[in-house]
Amino acid sequence: MNAATRPLLEIEDLKISFPTPTGLFHAVRGVSFSVGRERLGIVGESGSGKSLTGRAIMQLLPGNAHLSAKRLAFDGIDLLTASAKTLRSLRGARISLVMQDPKYSLNPVMTVGAQIAEAARIHGGVSKSEARLKALAMLEAVRIREPERVYQLYPHEVSGGMGQRIMIAMMLVPEPDLLIADEPTSALDVTVQLQVLSILDDLVRQRGMGLIFISHDLELVASFCDRVIVMYAGRMMEELPAHDLPAARHPYTRGLLNSLPRLGDQRAELATLTRDPAWLVEP
Amino acid sequence: MISVGDLTISFGAGSRSVHAVRGVSFSVGDGESFGIVGESGSGKSTVLRALAGLNKDWQGTATIGDVSAKVHQPRDVQMVFQDPYASLHPRHTVDRTLSEPLEIHGIGDVNSRVERALADVGLGAAFRFRYPNQLSGGQRQRVAIARALMLEPRVLLLDEPTSALDVSVQAEILNLLRRLRAERQLTMILVSHNLAVVAHMCDRLAVMNRGLIVEEMDVATLRRSEPREAYTRQLLVASKGYDRAVAAQMVTFD
Repeated sequence: MNAATRPLLEIEDLKISFPTPTGLFHAVRGVSFSVGRERLGIVGESGSGKSLTGRAIMQLLPGNAHLSAKRLAFDGIDLLTASAKTLRSLRGARISLVMQDPKYSLNPVMTVGAQIAEAARIHGGVSKSEARLKALAMLEAVRIREPERVYQLYPHEVSGGMGQRIMIAMMLVPEPDLLIADEPTSALDVTVQLQVLSILDDLVRQRGMGLIFISHDLELVASFCDRVIVMYAGRMMEELPAHDLPAARHPYTRGLLNSLPRLGDQRAELATLTRDPAWLVEP
Repeated sequence: MISVGDLTISFGAGSRSVHAVRGVSFSVGDGESFGIVGESGSGKSTVLRALAGLNKDWQGTATIGDVSAKVHQPRDVQMVFQDPYASLHPRHTVDRTLSEPLEIHGIGDVNSRVERALADVGLGAAFRFRYPNQLSGGQRQRVAIARALMLEPRVLLLDEPTSALDVSVQAEILNLLRRLRAERQLTMILVSHNLAVVAHMCDRLAVMNRGLIVEEMDVATLRRSEPREAYTRQLLVASKGYDRAVAAQMVTFD
């Protein structure tokens, strides 16, 4: 396959397990997909293995995790056999990860501007003054008013929504090819959420970035992504174009959709999900 | 049942003070379910905490059944919090969590009351001697609801009771709350950022922004998407999912 048609990321039969006192716990059990320059959504409930899948791509799993895969490659580079040095050159620079909670992901004793500039300097190889300018431009790109003032602030001085946009700015300043966003907007108000999503949307359209959007919010993913993977208990239940999500076939996806209260229809009782043990073994 | 008039709450002093709630008035009838929606920082939880008696430093009036929220009894008003991982004592069993309010208020018949409370929220007797870390998020929230109902209050205050839960578990908890409300004729105030949850649970709602009530309406108006104010319209559109054009038109309301 040549570089033009090759997907950005290829995953085949990814498995992650953890040792427990009662034997191995299989958190991710045979996940396969590929990502091009598009918006791929991964949805599922807590414990479905969606976040672990995202972290496995960055090779950022807890030390006791067992990972195996037939193939795990980014831009043709085999991540399973790559040296620590190769991985370091990819992480942050070409693959970035935005996590859910800015409170735990920003350095509390460094101004937010300095943190963004550091990312630009280390991964972008630019000078200190250039890095500062890039950081300010990025803060403006994520729609932060008065970037000069915010640059000087410490993480505890900014709101949750601002912190999340700062995180996104930091991850985007090295201009990665692939962005893994793990619930990047679930701590935000709906209006801010939409603005942050439009920033990501622009980057996919203008720069051809690949985006893996991990979320529990089915309706948001259906409206934002190009393609969706539905996960349950470490397995892929189905994969479908995002705009077809409302018409999903799998009983698990249907169950999730039916359990949502909606403004449009009035029901006395919400449908609850009955979990079929067969979902654990068959597609 | 509940009457709030010109409620004003501020934190801090002098130039650094923050006016979290700036003159809020509303009333909730007996047995009614009232929703408060708004974005973070709008003051919706602050109003609820004042009604619960957790914050007694406020101006204006807030009464529950003719008793000021500063002095009312926990037997009348109880609250369920957002995060079931944080609101239960990690080293107390479910049994101790549920029997403590009874002991404090000198109510006898503890054994059968705890058993009944567990059954009411759909947890079996097997859960009685478990610790919170042995429960899932939905089960913990059921315990928190059971605890709130131990003293048989007339008013239940709910602060984002399902926003930390998966949607399938959210449906179970909302169904439970609707059933309990009907069975016990509870008066409820539900605070949430999720318009669909409020529409499902409430009869009437108030929309808050920056410490003020922007508008008050009944749920039918919300369902028809016919709010009066531009702020509420934007909130409604934004909650319907991602749309490039909508995102570009977002404005900030002060």
